[in-house]
Amino acid sequence: MNEINPSGWRPSISASGVAAPSIETFTDNRALQLEEALIFEIGNLEHCGVDFDDDDLDETLLGGLPSRRSAPVDLPGLTEPEAVRHYTRLSRQNYAIDLGLFPLGSCTMKHNPRLDEKVARMPGFADVHPLQPQSTVQGALKVMNELAQWLITLTGMHGVAMTPKAGAHGELCGLLCIRAALEARGDAREVILVPESAHGTNPATAAFAGYRVENIPATADGRVDVAALTARLGPDVAGVMITNPNTCGLFERDLKTISDAVHAAGGFVYCDGANFNAIVGRVRPGDLGVDAMHINLHKTFSTPHGGGGPGSGPVVLSEALAPFGPLPFTARQADGSVRLVEEETAAEEGHAQAFGRMCAFHGQMGMYTRALAYILSHGADGLRQVSGDAVLNANYVLRSLDDVLDAPFGAAGPCMHEALFSDDGFAEGFSTLDLAKGLIDEGFHPMTVYFPLVVHGAMLVEPTETESKRSLDQFIGAMRSLAERARAGDEALKSAPHLAPRRRLDETLAARKPKLVWKG
Amino acid sequence: MPRYFTKDHEWIEVEGDAATVGITEYAQSQLGDITFVELPAAGASVGKGDSCSVVDSVKAASDVYAPVSGSVTEGNAALEDQPELVNSDAEGAGWLWRMTLSDAGELADLMDEGAYKAYVAEL
Repeated sequence: MNEINPSGWRPSISASGVAAPSIETFTDNRALQLEEALIFEIGNLEHCGVDFDDDDLDETLLGGLPSRRSAPVDLPGLTEPEAVRHYTRLSRQNYAIDLGLFPLGSCTMKHNPRLDEKVARMPGFADVHPLQPQSTVQGALKVMNELAQWLITLTGMHGVAMTPKAGAHGELCGLLCIRAALEARGDAREVILVPESAHGTNPATAAFAGYRVENIPATADGRVDVAALTARLGPDVAGVMITNPNTCGLFERDLKTISDAVHAAGGFVYCDGANFNAIVGRVRPGDLGVDAMHINLHKTFSTPHGGGGPGSGPVVLSEALAPFGPLPFTARQADGSVRLVEEETAAEEGHAQAFGRMCAFHGQMGMYTRALAYILSHGADGLRQVSGDAVLNANYVLRSLDDVLDAPFGAAGPCMHEALFSDDGFAEGFSTLDLAKGLIDEGFHPMTVYFPLVVHGAMLVEPTETESKRSLDQFIGAMRSLAERARAGDEALKSAPHLAPRRRLDETLAARKPKLVWKG
Repeated sequence: MPRYFTKDHEWIEVEGDAATVGITEYAQSQLGDITFVELPAAGASVGKGDSCSVVDSVKAASDVYAPVSGSVTEGNAALEDQPELVNSDAEGAGWLWRMTLSDAGELADLMDEGAYKAYVAEL
């Protein structure tokens, strides 16, 4: 950078030689940091952004529906530029992966390659309708089929259910496969074992699928207590749900031993594959005895997520469970075409035992195209490097900070794709929340806090493989500064953020007395 | 009236075959600001160690377990509007539910105040 700008000169953000006076602006805007009111406060209930000619509101065009409501719906009226500016201003107050590092552990907020976006927007993929004749959507069906083959190959499994819409939906799909397989052999089992190191959705899924959940403790090094798990196995245990790598960012190295014991007791192994991005190209879960595992396409294989979607959670299945997987699925035919197998044709494809469907149509087409574009643009060797770089980056963060932040499992060796810290060592009265709020002042989205529950004041950082060393160093520098302030007891940290458009919000009041409607 | 404590940080105060249950001062300090308390229904029969109540805080949702077996007689209705009572007075006005005991012998498995204090000091 110095070669480009040898003098190193730039206008300072704070010091201009004159102390900044405290200024109250008429608009409450602070230069380009814009205040924005609610749309109802800007808009006017009497105005409308579009001029309608009353004569054009013909009931025949509305299929006989009345063209006038009996009462106004109180929508705010804004001009088109007002509406555009409102949402553009709001978007400037947002934090996004396209603005900076997003260290939210367990969520895998990584860069979404623009190539994948371009492919997903191609009209042949973006504009198809799920009810089109199959002969007119062969390209889209081939994408689904090819992606399915990649997922089977990468995981070493036998089949895949593509339709689940996200991780937890995939978990449910996997448990319904296990239930179907048990029922097919007339075996009523009631219990699903869930280790403490598993994802929080796992016990919820098992309960939703009608199973009784029993917890298995973790060992002091953050992994499943194998002795406790095997001791609990028996004829009432339908299976275990295990997250690998687990929520402490550690590889469950005893998974094969666990799988063998579960199978010997007649149960099945569900693996939460949300963290597959840490092992893709290096470990095939099928080799570890896994019977079902969902893959978060929106995490491991990029695709934008956050803010509620969209996600996609295909479930790879072992030979024992594959016959029970849901409809529809794709199957390549002798003539090279791809057929979408539905109820009418399931028996022809050897799938008469399918337990049903997870959704009305085929799943998230837009995620399929992005994921396949990601896979093909990386290639098998590139995917292997993805997991390697994700693990390298997390360990770089862990080892760069473990002298100022307590790393509860740091002594156990390298972590996987997530670096986990605790609040041990902070001055009395200082918490993980204070450090997280301080990160907002530093211009970062905070990391995941207070999860996993097994670590006191947990801070879970997932840098992902897409961050450069320069980006990581900036984040590490900010974390180091905040950790030192928390250890020294810097009172200003307890009321952070100070530089954000709003100071620390009263989250307790918001949760206790939420205001869910405008007015009143 | 004797008061007993569990390793999961519940307290139970016993009077005859009736008892009052809550979470300890240590538990509320660890949970942070409590935003919602889900209480067991009166008449519910509970087994020792069963999850009977859920305490939501700004950090996490945590199960509260029955220290002993018995039958719930009432939940603390005041917590519906004032869950913060659990923060301000966890071992008093912030009690969670009252119950009758079906087996007073189960109390022998619990800690007294001294043992609980020693247990917390180790954490």
